[in-house]
Amino acid sequence: MNIAVAPDYRRFLARSSFIEMAARERARAILDCGSFRELLGPFDRIKSPWLPMQGIVAQADDGVVLARGTLDGQPALVAAIESAYQGGSMGEVSGAKIAGALELALKDCENGRPILPLLLLETGGVRLQEANLGLAAIAEIHAAIIALRRHVPVVGVIAGTVGCFGGMSMAAALCSRLIVTRQARLGMNGPEVIEQEAGIAELDASDRALIWSLIGGEQRHAVGMADQLLEDDAAAIAAAVRAAFALGLPQLERSAQAERFVARLARIDPQLSLDGEALRRLWHGAPT
Amino acid sequence: MSSNQSVCEHGLTWFKALARSEGVLAGGPRSVRVADAALGGEQARFIAVVPDAHNRFARARCGEVGLDEAWALAVHVRHAIAADRGARRPIVAIVDVASQAYGRQEELLGIHLACAAAADAYASARLAGHPVIALLVGQAMSGAFLAHGYQANRILALESPQVMVHAMGKQAAARVTRRSVAELEQLGARFAPMAYDIGSYAKLGLLHKLIQGVNADAPRPADVERVRAELLAAIADTRAGASDLTSRLTSATAHTTRAASIEVRRRLAEQWDAA
Repeated sequence: MNIAVAPDYRRFLARSSFIEMAARERARAILDCGSFRELLGPFDRIKSPWLPMQGIVAQADDGVVLARGTLDGQPALVAAIESAYQGGSMGEVSGAKIAGALELALKDCENGRPILPLLLLETGGVRLQEANLGLAAIAEIHAAIIALRRHVPVVGVIAGTVGCFGGMSMAAALCSRLIVTRQARLGMNGPEVIEQEAGIAELDASDRALIWSLIGGEQRHAVGMADQLLEDDAAAIAAAVRAAFALGLPQLERSAQAERFVARLARIDPQLSLDGEALRRLWHGAPT
Repeated sequence: MSSNQSVCEHGLTWFKALARSEGVLAGGPRSVRVADAALGGEQARFIAVVPDAHNRFARARCGEVGLDEAWALAVHVRHAIAADRGARRPIVAIVDVASQAYGRQEELLGIHLACAAAADAYASARLAGHPVIALLVGQAMSGAFLAHGYQANRILALESPQVMVHAMGKQAAARVTRRSVAELEQLGARFAPMAYDIGSYAKLGLLHKLIQGVNADAPRPADVERVRAELLAAIADTRAGASDLTSRLTSATAHTTRAASIEVRRRLAEQWDAA
């Protein structure tokens, strides 16, 4: 065995995987030790009223864990989406939990009691069984993030392996700072939907290397659509979240940088089918 | 989606009728029409996304909200915010959008961020005090509606079979959920949130007003005047109310259909501060 690699190997073994954690554990892993207090937990039994009508068992937290706690002693709110339940999809209740919590955080900020909002995003987007109520809830989540961002940075984490899609990919893009892992994916339309709607010549959804080269965490970070790229390590993610909040409000939110991205798009020739590498070269050093 | 070609023409029809202009801007994509025009005693900014058969992005030629469209929406809404210091002009989003553009390049180049930027601009306009009104004259689908219209203070819709709201186009949703279109329609008939038609959407409590008796396909002068009057009423209602989206939770229909959305907020507020 090569002695030189031993420290890396030990660090790897000592690492605690964030990806393998369920939503509740993720929220606990990030908040200050012992500060986790769940809101509308499973015992409150606020479930989807729409799933049982369609013969689907409703989970008692509708797949979203809300917790208040602290980050380095400062009041914080975590909304963590459980991807193991209905693909992390946003229904009426799960969406209202996130929107409602952000609205209360906004009220606290307006009353001079800042609270740090953190979103742990792992979702396919709208829950199609609740369709228009899911879409409406996502619009309310967007509205709350945009309003809240005027007071405190809103930080998002996409760890994987589901990733963040649909209307919730817009929520990720609205975050003041976005932390991703290499396993994360971030995109509007899921690869399967694109393949189905536009054909396999447009996109082969089974080609994992291709998908990650287009919308994976590393690529998003390389082209300025995510702020930090981390290994799958709970302690590192918890530290990065604190660092992201400590930076305070960005000078200009990414989603408000229209001139910058219009200029970047102007350099794109849609006739040339760019790959991830080519886009990095094209946008590297682009005027910011 | 094959249905796109036959529709998404309502956006341009109503844009021309209300803004009395073609709204093609130098340097901007032809698919985003913008014009300031008189509405009541003031100037309002009208914005529509329309089909452009020569769009440089092939997947955004049928009235989809693509990369250029979403960023252009953000730019034109932000220009209005920056230009108005005193009186804030109303912004009317004329909505007939079949979907966001589905494509490999769109994903690579960040269609999610482009749509977020448009939503951000509309919400920022609303928070800055511009009355933002969405007028649904055709399809209002999914991410395209989130980018263009869903951040409005008030949502108005014409009652017409062409006017639909949903999280995913009907054919695509059928394929994704492995159901037939007929099965989806049956589900929609039983559960209002799953339906596509605007009559069902009106039951959800999200719509400020369903405008009935107007010819959505070929508006007559009286139809246009009627819609203008409804826009003015919605603008007045907006100016008298809050700049957030709470009106979507306070209507009588919201209390029935969005009861869970209201209950979640009520109980969250109870638990928010530790006992």
